[in-house]
Amino acid sequence: MIPLGHYLIVSAILFALGTAGVFMRRNLITILLSIEIMLNAVNLSFVAFGRAQGTVDGQIITFFVMTVAAAEAAVGLAIIITLYRHRESLNPDAFTTLKW
Amino acid sequence: MPETLVFYLLAALAIGASAMVIGQRNPMYSVMMLIASFGALAALYIQLDAPFVAVAQIIIYAGAIMVLFLFVVMLLNAPQEDRAEWDRSHPLRQPGVTRFGTLMALLLVIELTWALTGPGRAVESGAAPVSSVREVGRVLFTDYMFAFEATSILILVAMLGAVLLARREGEQP
Repeated sequence: MIPLGHYLIVSAILFALGTAGVFMRRNLITILLSIEIMLNAVNLSFVAFGRAQGTVDGQIITFFVMTVAAAEAAVGLAIIITLYRHRESLNPDAFTTLKW
Repeated sequence: MPETLVFYLLAALAIGASAMVIGQRNPMYSVMMLIASFGALAALYIQLDAPFVAVAQIIIYAGAIMVLFLFVVMLLNAPQEDRAEWDRSHPLRQPGVTRFGTLMALLLVIELTWALTGPGRAVESGAAPVSSVREVGRVLFTDYMFAFEATSILILVAMLGAVLLARREGEQP
């Protein structure tokens, strides 16, 4: 059996990649994709912890995270479509109207 | 040993595909790479005795959410990032930010080295696997009943919000 720590390290690397994507990319769609990577990294650690504990709680919380991810993707993509109609751009720097 | 080999293979696939998601300039390839990453993660879930989560991962993430992303990428005919503009105006290229980021990254490396080489505190419990879908369903519909019902309201609100936001202006619903 693979030790718990191995899964946690994979999860940490995935989360770090997602964080780097959010900060480095200048494309709203890629930023949303990076958020999905982070959510998946957390899911992996939930399932790994649940397996180490011998309970199904980790798996169940994973379902809730998936539901939230689906809701977030739907609303986020709708916002992106609306923003693109206004500015014809996906660069987050183009949307600074609220900034004074 | 084959179990360990499969784990390292899948982990490398998941991490490599996720790195490609960030490394791509074309959002279409990013979405494709993310689907590959989700597939590797689903296989990892199977290795963790969670087959139901693995199937849900494939159906919900790779099947539904990623198709939604693909539709939006194609609908917007999404432009690629402009390299020159990116280099000039990227907020992480400002000198103060760069220094602060380097400092934080160094701190993280030191802390990780300290944590990984320190005395072993990791608890390796050999708990018996609970893999039956029946058990998952039982706990989901008893202990987590309220959260489950609240999720349905969340989905409803997200659906209404998405329809309302993506509607063209001036259009009567």
